[in-house]
Amino acid sequence: MKILVAVKRVVDAYVKIRVKSDGSGVDLANAKMAVNPFCEIAIEEAIRLKEKGVADEVIAVSIGEKSCQEQIRTALALGADRGIHVDAAADVQPLAVARVLQKLIEKEGIDLVLLGKQSIDSDNNQVGQMLGALTGMPQGTFACKLEVADGKAMVTREIDGGEQTVSLTLPAVVTTDLRLNEPRYASLPNIMKAKKKTIDTVTPDELGVDVSSGLKVVSVEAPPARSAGIKVESIDELISKLKTEAKVI
Amino acid sequence: MSILVIAEHDNAALKPATLHTITAASEIGGDITVLVAGTGCDAVAQAAAAVNGVSKVLVADNAAYEHQMPENLAELIAEVGKDSSHILAPATTSGKNLMPRVAALLGVAQISDITAVKGADTFVRPIYAGNALATVQSSDSVKVITVRATAFDEAAKEGGSGTVEAIDIVKSQDIATFVSEELTQSERPELTGAKIVISGGRGMQNGENFAMLEKVADKLGAAIGASRAAVDAGFVPNDMQVGQTGKIVAPELYIAVGISGAIQHLAGMKDSKVIVAINKDEEAPIFQVADYGLVADLFQAVPELADKL
Repeated sequence: MKILVAVKRVVDAYVKIRVKSDGSGVDLANAKMAVNPFCEIAIEEAIRLKEKGVADEVIAVSIGEKSCQEQIRTALALGADRGIHVDAAADVQPLAVARVLQKLIEKEGIDLVLLGKQSIDSDNNQVGQMLGALTGMPQGTFACKLEVADGKAMVTREIDGGEQTVSLTLPAVVTTDLRLNEPRYASLPNIMKAKKKTIDTVTPDELGVDVSSGLKVVSVEAPPARSAGIKVESIDELISKLKTEAKVI
Repeated sequence: MSILVIAEHDNAALKPATLHTITAASEIGGDITVLVAGTGCDAVAQAAAAVNGVSKVLVADNAAYEHQMPENLAELIAEVGKDSSHILAPATTSGKNLMPRVAALLGVAQISDITAVKGADTFVRPIYAGNALATVQSSDSVKVITVRATAFDEAAKEGGSGTVEAIDIVKSQDIATFVSEELTQSERPELTGAKIVISGGRGMQNGENFAMLEKVADKLGAAIGASRAAVDAGFVPNDMQVGQTGKIVAPELYIAVGISGAIQHLAGMKDSKVIVAINKDEEAPIFQVADYGLVADLFQAVPELADKL
């Protein structure tokens, strides 16, 4: 069985971002970049399936500028077998990402696609579901438990009211939620070994995908700032403020 | 313009998130049709038809739609909505699961989690965990959108006189099947719609200690939430998580107990009207957004709060 994992290069989750003063976007110059945390969980799950003998090969793909090869290397150091870099502008939109992945799936013959449920920069939460539609595959989004056996994926999903379990016929798309697993760290020997693994590069053009989007960003602004309030000294004072000043209880 | 709103329901009752979505549809302006897909969902259809602003309700009643499986439902919505100007659903786990699949079937972009309508083609949505607000404009023929419920008021449940029409379109497949569902039973208000929310974080130390928050919640009629740290540590179930990737809440009063205030948590609650933080670490970032901060040991402060309310 072959697994495709997509990894997105995003600003590190602990970096406090700043909106550019001209409203054109977010200032990422010199910001620390990392693998999107949900993608890390997807990589970990793929590697565990390989270690269990369920999967034979794990392919890590990233779409973006050359710099995203760093994140592919991270996936390789964690245990993915080889990488594919789709050389494109940094902000390819979800539908185009799904179309690129669709082409790679056709080319590689993929049985299971593991993706993060959303990236922590654009917060879209779309690619997995879109890929399901384009390929006709079933989808198991927001997975907190995954079992793969006998051509089926049993996926437990985190939903608003609790949890739901669905059974999907492979090939299928699964997107990861936070509780699916706890990703490992790459060991130094594995980081060294990853340098020898192959990363192929293709362009969306070569795959026959038009990456233009019907959606354009007009402006990006900082949200209204919340002014820090006051410190109260006691529960009595707190209750009194909530009753008389804020009038919320 | 013709706007199709996808009803969220459990075959018995219409979920409040749909009412917020209908308000967003009204702000866009146009004829509002609600699609109710489910099984034995007639009461839902009647409720939707009575909502102020709704002109028509389409009911697709079939066993294939019982569990809102996206493989079936997305095909139905794409067919029913292909000539609409907009297709809207709440940005709940159900809407998020469904709408990108609809958009891809129609070959258009999807616009996630909008918090404001600037025009029929222009919307505001938070990015980077709400640390930036992007205004986006769509040139697609159909705009497929999920709506952040807390950013729009609830449409009035009465006053509408929509017609109810059954549609006979069945989209069914066998590549995905529903196995089971475990829903948390609670007498408390729903987290996303509650007027008051009290949440616990890692500082709660274990799940049993959440009983302290329950006492306060009982007095205030509040819902109980949690930070990601508390959920990850196994103190409480995932459906209680407030944050960037959990639930987004904006109550009148949010009480954060033993929560440090990571960016990801703030993303889920910083639009609350009044924020109270109780934490023994006076340097905790939660105090930077709190209207009222109390630096105290929660194990003394919370029982005292429960007693004195």
